[in-house]
Amino acid sequence: MNTPNNLKYTKSHEWIKIENNTAIEGITDFAQSELSDIAFVELPEVGSKVKQGESMGTIEAVKAVSDLIAGVSGEVIEVNEMLKNAPDKINTSPFGEGWIVKIKVSNPDEAKNLMDSAEYIKHCENSHH
Amino acid sequence: MLKKTAFYDMHVQNKGKIVPFAGFEMPVQFKGVIDEIKRVRSTVGVFDVSHMGEFIVTGDRRKEFVDFITTNSVMSLADHQVQYSNFLYENGGIVDDLLVYNLKDKIMLVVNASNCDKDFDWVMKNKWDDVKVENISDRISQLAVQGPSAERVIKKLTDYPLDTMPFYYSAETKVCGIDMVISRTGYTGEDGFELYFYNENGKKMWEEIFKAGEEFNIEPIGLAARDTLRLEMKYMLYGNDISQDTTPLEAGTGWAVKMEKGDFIGRDALIKQKEAGLTRKLVCFEMLEKAIPRHGYEIFVNDKKVGNVTSGNFSPSTDKYIGLGYVDAPFNKLGQDIFIDIRGKKKAVIVKSPFYKNGTHK
Repeated sequence: MNTPNNLKYTKSHEWIKIENNTAIEGITDFAQSELSDIAFVELPEVGSKVKQGESMGTIEAVKAVSDLIAGVSGEVIEVNEMLKNAPDKINTSPFGEGWIVKIKVSNPDEAKNLMDSAEYIKHCENSHH
Repeated sequence: MLKKTAFYDMHVQNKGKIVPFAGFEMPVQFKGVIDEIKRVRSTVGVFDVSHMGEFIVTGDRRKEFVDFITTNSVMSLADHQVQYSNFLYENGGIVDDLLVYNLKDKIMLVVNASNCDKDFDWVMKNKWDDVKVENISDRISQLAVQGPSAERVIKKLTDYPLDTMPFYYSAETKVCGIDMVISRTGYTGEDGFELYFYNENGKKMWEEIFKAGEEFNIEPIGLAARDTLRLEMKYMLYGNDISQDTTPLEAGTGWAVKMEKGDFIGRDALIKQKEAGLTRKLVCFEMLEKAIPRHGYEIFVNDKKVGNVTSGNFSPSTDKYIGLGYVDAPFNKLGQDIFIDIRGKKKAVIVKSPFYKNGTHK
């Protein structure tokens, strides 16, 4: 399981990278491996407002459906259009080509609600059955 | 305590993702569900289906007995012929779906793992005094070798003339020098074989099959791929598509019900249901919008709820999103536009069975 040190994590297995008030979000290696075979992603509209901890999209894998939870509040400024035709990029490159949305952060303080990689690894160990 | 099949160590070695299923630790997935489906449709894959149950029925009147407790016609079976059938409750609800093997001096019934104990109790409750029924499930391993190259793999391992074995026939013969029942059956829509043998031969069989299949890139296949392969063929999954609350007539497996054969358990209820007319039917539908229908989702025609999804998934073999569901009359006709509530109503249309039409089964 890959958990890059420079990222922040949610309990619902999204990763967030915040740079200059812009957050890039995707789902973690752990999440893609648990879901496996992602069939498609329902992405939020560019321009829509999202709220930390609330669903902003859906990930449909062959095995199960999962909500995409916003890691931060703000406005969606870009979505990864490539995922519309190649959703499996999330499986093959969850932290790279498989990124999902970019959000303009409205409340930078919220970042403290996210986990660092060490905390996230512990969280994953607990969610394994 | 979960049971392990004779192939558990091989599944772990092959990096199978192990999950509890019907009281067993079973591999749900190996390389990836879509890759595994493509492997079976293009060359050959191996399924560990040892969790399935096997009952042996003996006695002079075994055929008459099994004819009475199942819906299909056992009396008409040729030697070593295999048949899809159902056990029914008196009210026509399905106890289980099963395969009936007309072997030499005995009949073998192959039932679903999740229903094995329930089925055995039900069979014993209805058993005649002059037949004997034995549950040998714990001693039997079963492998399904499925795909267009399956015959070429198994041919290397047996002297039995497999090319003369028609679809849904079996033989009691040796494969790899091991005594077994082998049948040209499966649940994928592809050509293939199912092999039943004693657990102690498991390791040898697995190794020999994989060695023989190497040139066809043979791979182990998990339960998730099996579920989509069967769905693409509209093969029933007990607990999803059929249950004690559905009848074979509603499920569209009336071809495995032979009313004219004489009495069997559940017959009266089915006759009544037929006379009254079916109020709902299990239909195949395909999504016209990108969304995956799943078990339990509601089906609508305009604003009227007309049924529920029983199975659904992405079908890699047709590149479509497909599903099965019970739909009320008169909305269960081919071409009917329906909506599936998948986080809001998504368009779908009722289509012909099966979804996948290029299978190699004979």
